[in-house]
Amino acid sequence: MYEVVVAASVLGGMGALLGIGLSYASKVFAVEIDERVVQIRDVLPGANCGACGLAGCDSFADAVVQGKAQVNGCPVGGDAAAQKIAAVMGVEAAGVKRVAARVLCNGRCSVSTEKYIYRGLNDCFAAAQLFGGHKSCAYGCLGHGSCMAACPFNAIVITGGVARVIEDRCRACGKCVAACPKKLIEIVPKEKKYSVLCRSRDKGAVTKKNCEVGCIGCTRCVKACRYGAISMEGSLAKIDVEKCTGCGECTSVCPTMAIRKMDYDD
Amino acid sequence: MIQSIVTAFLSAVLIENFVLVRFLGICPFLGVSKKINTALGMGAAVIFVMGVASGATWLLQEYVLKSFKIEYLQTIGFIVVIAALVQFVEMVIQKTSRQLYQALGVYLPLITTNCAVLGVCLINVQKGSDLLNSFLYGIFAGVGFTLAIVLFAGIRERLEYADVPQSLKGIPISLISASLVSLAFFGFQGLIK
Repeated sequence: MYEVVVAASVLGGMGALLGIGLSYASKVFAVEIDERVVQIRDVLPGANCGACGLAGCDSFADAVVQGKAQVNGCPVGGDAAAQKIAAVMGVEAAGVKRVAARVLCNGRCSVSTEKYIYRGLNDCFAAAQLFGGHKSCAYGCLGHGSCMAACPFNAIVITGGVARVIEDRCRACGKCVAACPKKLIEIVPKEKKYSVLCRSRDKGAVTKKNCEVGCIGCTRCVKACRYGAISMEGSLAKIDVEKCTGCGECTSVCPTMAIRKMDYDD
Repeated sequence: MIQSIVTAFLSAVLIENFVLVRFLGICPFLGVSKKINTALGMGAAVIFVMGVASGATWLLQEYVLKSFKIEYLQTIGFIVVIAALVQFVEMVIQKTSRQLYQALGVYLPLITTNCAVLGVCLINVQKGSDLLNSFLYGIFAGVGFTLAIVLFAGIRERLEYADVPQSLKGIPISLISASLVSLAFFGFQGLIK
């Protein structure tokens, strides 16, 4: 009998002591959580699906409060959740820029050349491991659709050997951005229709040889832009989306049609 | 002294690797080994928890269980103490360092009373080690766990691109590769006489 009492009281005492200690510690070490995080967390679906590109609903709520994610960043909650989150954050949901992913390569099979014939796995990462892929251009879209497979919303299609984003369907979750071995996909504001559809850092002559629609670094668009929105990064033109007004002047002067207006929505 | 520490290190990391030879801690080994980064985070958390738990349970064993002659309550007592301790450490980390919490904290609740952690503590008692040796053995066992999980994560990253037969895709091929890695580790048997 005595043994049982000792065992029970020692273990019970230990449990009680630790319990009291922990509850005291939780008060002392309590972390102040921004109440907006809790409020946002409550209006989210709570599926922890990761479609926003973050680890889960908690991380998303945290990122919104810190300004790292947009109030309409939850693709599952959609507009309903965006409105509620916007109310918590005190901003207008409508005033938030709608963003979408964009594939910055237009080097379809018909206009680009290949180094070798690839007969391996239908996966961009696998293809990229063999001498950087089968395309002569080391920066171009390989067209095996790793981004398409990663897209939870069927917003990506492969046409003519390059990936395309159907912007109406895109919820800008960013999964395709991570799924591209060539880092060709960017999240851009939807209303900025003009993009340089080339990521080649090669010199103009090399780019020209590999692909008919690559940016050859001629700087004509830089001169043509009246708003100073285009600058050169090496031999690659870059459009500053903040300054771009969408006048389309650059498209008309580009000799290789590397700058295109995106209207692929279908 | 140094020689015995080196021996203990080799035996905990290679010869008696917790995951691959003793088959403890299989759950996180399979669960958190899809990417090398998360595997490293998990490994760091395990090293930390094993070290702390070894020390704490040694104290519990020597000063509480032995003095009341209730050593048979080892298992349950250890679980209670380790769980409480890890909870406490998690709170402290969350309060003091946000970066450390994000790197380590998310893994801590997963392994509060993992069988590998409990295993280290029970083996320490069986061996009759002193406080320092218990603590070191805990750290070394954690290093062994990290080695195993990082190696395996590297293999699984490659497996993603391998042409695996349909029926073996996913978990089956992971288990087969895990057993092959384990076989390889059995090759270390007899390294120290």
